[in-house]
Amino acid sequence: MASGNPVRIRVKRKTFPAIGGRDENTVLRDVSFEVSPREFVVLTGPSGCGKSTLLNIVAGLDTDYEGDIDLGAAHPRMTFIFQTPRLLPWRTIRENLMLSLPDGDPRQNNVDAIIDRVGLTEAKNAYPERTSLGMQRRAALARGFIQEPDILLMDEPFVSLDDPTAQGLRELLVDLWNSRPTTVMFVTHDRTEAVMLGTRILRLAAGSASIKADESVRLSPSDRTQRDKVQAELKRIFESTPET
Amino acid sequence: MLPARKLSPAGATAERLLWTLASLTTLVALWSLAAMISDSRHLPGPMKVLEVLGQESASGALWSNMSITLVRVACAFFLAMLIGTMIGIAIGSYKRADQFFDSWLVLFLNLPALVIIALSYVWLGTTELTAIMAVAINKIPNVAVQMREGARQLSRDLSEMAKLYNFGPWKTLRHVTLPQLAPFAAAAARSGLALVWKIVLVVEALGGHATGVGHQIHAAFGNYDVPTILAYALAFIVVIQIVEFGILQPLQARVMRWRR
Ligand SMILES: Nc1ncnc2c1ncn2[C@@H]1O[C@H](COP(=O)(O)OP(=O)(O)OP(=O)(O)O)[C@@H](O)[C@H]1O
Ligand SMILES: [Mg+2]
Repeated sequence: MASGNPVRIRVKRKTFPAIGGRDENTVLRDVSFEVSPREFVVLTGPSGCGKSTLLNIVAGLDTDYEGDIDLGAAHPRMTFIFQTPRLLPWRTIRENLMLSLPDGDPRQNNVDAIIDRVGLTEAKNAYPERTSLGMQRRAALARGFIQEPDILLMDEPFVSLDDPTAQGLRELLVDLWNSRPTTVMFVTHDRTEAVMLGTRILRLAAGSASIKADESVRLSPSDRTQRDKVQAELKRIFESTPET
Repeated sequence: MLPARKLSPAGATAERLLWTLASLTTLVALWSLAAMISDSRHLPGPMKVLEVLGQESASGALWSNMSITLVRVACAFFLAMLIGTMIGIAIGSYKRADQFFDSWLVLFLNLPALVIIALSYVWLGTTELTAIMAVAINKIPNVAVQMREGARQLSRDLSEMAKLYNFGPWKTLRHVTLPQLAPFAAAAARSGLALVWKIVLVVEALGGHATGVGHQIHAAFGNYDVPTILAYALAFIVVIQIVEFGILQPLQARVMRWRR
């Protein structure tokens, strides 16, 4: 991506139509913010407040909303790591990764390396449904990382993984982010994770969500590995505006 | 609690075969007994039927009639699968089309096979093509309904994934859409074969065709020649079972092999 142009998100209103006895549901209202190149924005907010909906809109998968999204470049390479793995069950893990890239793309040469990095060496020729959910999540992460994206959207990617595995994958994400200019939007409920990874934390309010708080994370890379500094920053960010 | 009995897959197959064998033997024994007691020309025993089967086979009549009928079955089957699949996917993918054509489907599903056959011959004449069309038309609504269900259940999650990773139409069809439809197509094929081969015989009997198992049975019926009727029926059941176990079931197992 031509470095310099921010991603501009302006969602005036996002409404899900009434179906099956449910009233029309306005999920997002006046959610507008900019994300600078290379920024790592963490989105948090109560369950059901519209975080996944927002990422779907940014990814261009949901076009039924009022507002506009400016990605800052004509065709940035964008990857979305969904809340669920969404692998093709009838293709092996390795085939899933290969298929996510055009045939003959040079990035296909990195598939085996990234599979090793996420710890799926043994399982790469297995069908997804014959592996654990955690393994499927890791495969989905590998599929996202191998894209070498300019914009990376991630929706609670590390849930249901054990601590060491999750930590290893966070490090992989940080490596990726450091090695290429990647703009990240990352949804999580885990505040420690939010502070450890993000350069900025956006908190959405429940019910017709708008932005409740927008804070920069004031930690250096080395601070982020220190528990007490992370905890202190977490307190500063999350306890200045208490949860509603 | 009883300890669970563990059988290797081979052991399980052997046990199932044994049960099938026992049940078929019983059936044949009952049949012989009934034939012996009734001692009637209209209920021949298994030996008599086998004898006729041998004669028909030696004269070549069995093979020529069977093969011509099988060709008709195959044509009608593929035609029905092709058209039914296209209709099913179209109406399963577009809500409006579904709402509009649903009542047509219900109508055709409930139209008796005999009516379709009779009208086909009246309107199109007694040609080979009519016979195949009449059989196919009987089967198409069935295939369409099953494929519609498959199309309705296509995963939105996966089509979004395909869009995100720029799969394009061909790759999406091959790796995302068709694998989801395959189990429905396999089910439609299996139930389809069972229906098609029965209807083909009726069509052959009614259409005044000079060949085919249906014609042969019809002719035998005119002479109350029960051994010939049973001989052809038996031969046909065997062939269809070979197709079922030799082709359709392995095919179905193959398209489902990724399942847990
Ligand atoms: N396809 C849909 N049709 C109707 N309503 C929907 C649809 N998708 C989401 N919603 C509603 O929109 C709201 C926001 O959903 P969303 O999935 O964006 O929440 P979230 O913030 O990601 O929650 P979580 O943290 O639990 O993942 C919810 O009230 C949900 O019921
Ligand atoms: Mg969500």
